[in-house]
Amino acid sequence: MTAGAVSAIAALTLAACGSGGAGTDTGTDTGTEGAAGGEYTTNGCTPENPLIASNTSEACGGDQLDMFLAKLVHYNTDTAEPEMDIAESIETDDNQTFTVTLKQGYNFHDGTEVQAHNFVDAWNWAAAGPNGQAASYFFSPIEGYADVQCGGDGSDCEANPPETEEMSGLQVVDDYTFTIKTIEAVSNLPVRLGYSAFAPQPDAFFADESEGKEDFAAKPIGAGPYQVESTSSTETVFTKFADYGGDFPGSADKITFVIYQDTAAAYADTVAGNLDVLDQIPTDQLAGRQFESDLPDRSEQRESMTISYLTYSPADEQLKENKELRQALSMAVDRETINQQLWDGARPPLDSWAPPSLPDSPTGVCGEFCTYDAAAAKALYDQSGGYDGTLYLNTNADGAGNVATFEAVCNGWKNDLGLDCQVNQVVDFSTYNKGIDADEYTGVLRSAWLADYPSIENYLAPIYGKGADSNWSDYDNPAFDDKLAEAAAAPDLDQANALYLEAMQILAEDFPTAPMQSRLETIGWSENVSNVKLTPFGKPDRIGVTVNQ
Amino acid sequence: MLTFIIRRLLQLIPVFLGTTFLIFAMVYGLGDPTAGRCGERPCPASYVARLTEEYHLDDPLIVQYGYYMLGLLQGDLGTTFNGQNVGEELLLRYPTTIKLALIALVFEAVIGIVAGVLAGIYRGSFLDYLVTVSSLVVISIPIFVLGGMAQLVFGIMIPDATGDRLGLPATATDGTWYQLLMPGLVLGSVSVAYIARLLRASLVENLRADYVRTAKAKGLGRGRVIGVHTMRNSLIPVITFIGTDIGALMGGAVVTERIFNVNGIGGYLFRSITTKQGAAVVGTITVLVVVYLLANLLVDVLYGYLDPRISHD
Repeated sequence: MTAGAVSAIAALTLAACGSGGAGTDTGTDTGTEGAAGGEYTTNGCTPENPLIASNTSEACGGDQLDMFLAKLVHYNTDTAEPEMDIAESIETDDNQTFTVTLKQGYNFHDGTEVQAHNFVDAWNWAAAGPNGQAASYFFSPIEGYADVQCGGDGSDCEANPPETEEMSGLQVVDDYTFTIKTIEAVSNLPVRLGYSAFAPQPDAFFADESEGKEDFAAKPIGAGPYQVESTSSTETVFTKFADYGGDFPGSADKITFVIYQDTAAAYADTVAGNLDVLDQIPTDQLAGRQFESDLPDRSEQRESMTISYLTYSPADEQLKENKELRQALSMAVDRETINQQLWDGARPPLDSWAPPSLPDSPTGVCGEFCTYDAAAAKALYDQSGGYDGTLYLNTNADGAGNVATFEAVCNGWKNDLGLDCQVNQVVDFSTYNKGIDADEYTGVLRSAWLADYPSIENYLAPIYGKGADSNWSDYDNPAFDDKLAEAAAAPDLDQANALYLEAMQILAEDFPTAPMQSRLETIGWSENVSNVKLTPFGKPDRIGVTVNQ
Repeated sequence: MLTFIIRRLLQLIPVFLGTTFLIFAMVYGLGDPTAGRCGERPCPASYVARLTEEYHLDDPLIVQYGYYMLGLLQGDLGTTFNGQNVGEELLLRYPTTIKLALIALVFEAVIGIVAGVLAGIYRGSFLDYLVTVSSLVVISIPIFVLGGMAQLVFGIMIPDATGDRLGLPATATDGTWYQLLMPGLVLGSVSVAYIARLLRASLVENLRADYVRTAKAKGLGRGRVIGVHTMRNSLIPVITFIGTDIGALMGGAVVTERIFNVNGIGGYLFRSITTKQGAAVVGTITVLVVVYLLANLLVDVLYGYLDPRISHD
């Protein structure tokens, strides 16, 4: 075909879809769009652990798990609202004893049917201390969780084996029914059950004798719309599962996750047409919206549920004792200018302790203290007595834009408040995490959070609950904890959310952390695919992508 | 010659033990390998306990090294935390790295030697200046700029107004010869410049040597004087350079592999360091040390053939 012919066709296609800007998927092609079948490629990264549902709590593994697992609950790809998937119903009278009834006709990829014991056995195995699963803490609300942990400090399971292998809170009633009993009321338990750690495991999983189930993990089995064809360190191949019995089927016959070392290379391949679905646009292509000209009408940007905030280090006496100082510092952060100058609009200012895109999430809880006002901030700062010495802004240097953002915050504080500050770059995230656990840093800590399941509770309890894992600010307020417990016992979600809002207002009063930014995620795709959408979790909905034929 | 080779091979053993132990000690100091494996949260204590036990993380360094060497003697290079067998990974990636290295080597040897010879023989001519200036330019450009530009221009940019792309691959994910051509040329470009300059310098020097004058006086043709007598001696620094370059190329090219997403040794090593997969780092470098030592041995043996004055007996 000559160049002239190609350009003529290109012009026709352009004329046919002149409407619709970026981010609205109007369908760019012919009537074949939406037909099932075909294959496409998408970029992935290397999981930190073997591909086992309960051993994955980071994004690289999670992206792949989402392809082949079905859970009790499915999160709507547009709104993140929970919808019943394997569960026919999840019923409770007191938010403490839940009766789960399964739909029939869901099969694992090896042909066995999904039954109640597949859930109960999988959860017992995942929660058990000796198995050392990365996501084991998800099962901690279930009655009997403590009995399956190793004794002592949990570091020597051989010397102190757990009392039992089964949690008393899980009971199989019949093939399609089981009950969950929690230690305390947990009103949002049904929402949590859509997280990948709660996936069922087939009998083949328990038959695997290899250490850490590594044989199983080489070609894991789930009950989702796609099955794992092969895994390797360079690509993972998924094919459509013919016997998928659920309500959320896929379209493409084959999806290949190509592992990229670097987003820039994946971006280049997408522009060149060698990669079909790209799950993030490199930061340097966001600047000046370069990606929109590289991928005309083939990108989408939307708000995700990731937030970033400043944690005032509990190791810093001055900050710990002085609420006015903490508020003044937050007030002197020019969030909008940072958003425009550094991120080209992809990091909107945040004025609440949960992201605006979360269902039923309140906004504006932080109020004036998250609104930039140099004069008022200076007045409040002087009134608070100010900060002696150098204020450190600590961040891991390995995340895109972290250091630049903190440089900007620091310069703003120097100019508006006249304090002395410095950015402390820590080499990588895990070192940074360690340093925080050891209380090494004074000043301000960069913090970010993405919920595992779409509930306001997930932005409060793990971060501000007394003694919680990620409670970097060492926040401890009985009133707040009581409010969380009250919300967890609320009879319905609306009442629970109202109580979570009250809990958040307690946070706003105490100001242990300062909300910084929410996040827009950006994805791109090639001319080979349609119906590529961003989910509220900031990921492309890879199941729903259709291949143009 | 044979005794020389055997002696050298025996010398490899202490060198090998020393280097692997050093690497082991450094990897040991990478920080806590169990941190950062659970996303934004700290990992549960039971998870840390399991990994610590499985990988002997709380044993003294020398004991861990002992475990590693025991495995190595059985041909086991260890397993990473995400369950990948390091030996299998290296087998998967070595063909790609060798292909990439071959492209780079052929490119740098052929073009570098031709350019060096021309510049050396016609010293002071326009050609000479062209080679010296252009090689200086190539050496001055960082490889990530060169690689990024090559990818942008040949892989993506639209060369004409009709909307046709050149259609060259932007990355080399599959590792085919065709895809690896561009990364290979980028990778070899700096060495081309070095080889040209090295050869030019040693040619200019050797052309003034006594034995060359003797050869000319005997009435040998110009081609024979330069091609046989002078080149053999002048190639010694170039061979040395290429020899060390083989070692370096076998270690993969971290930057180039990253830009073009080549699934080779360099990228694997880099990623293993950043994700604290200690087993992969030690395993990869162990293999690299062996390759490097053997490449050096090869160069030493070649010397004897190139220059009769260098004798290994």
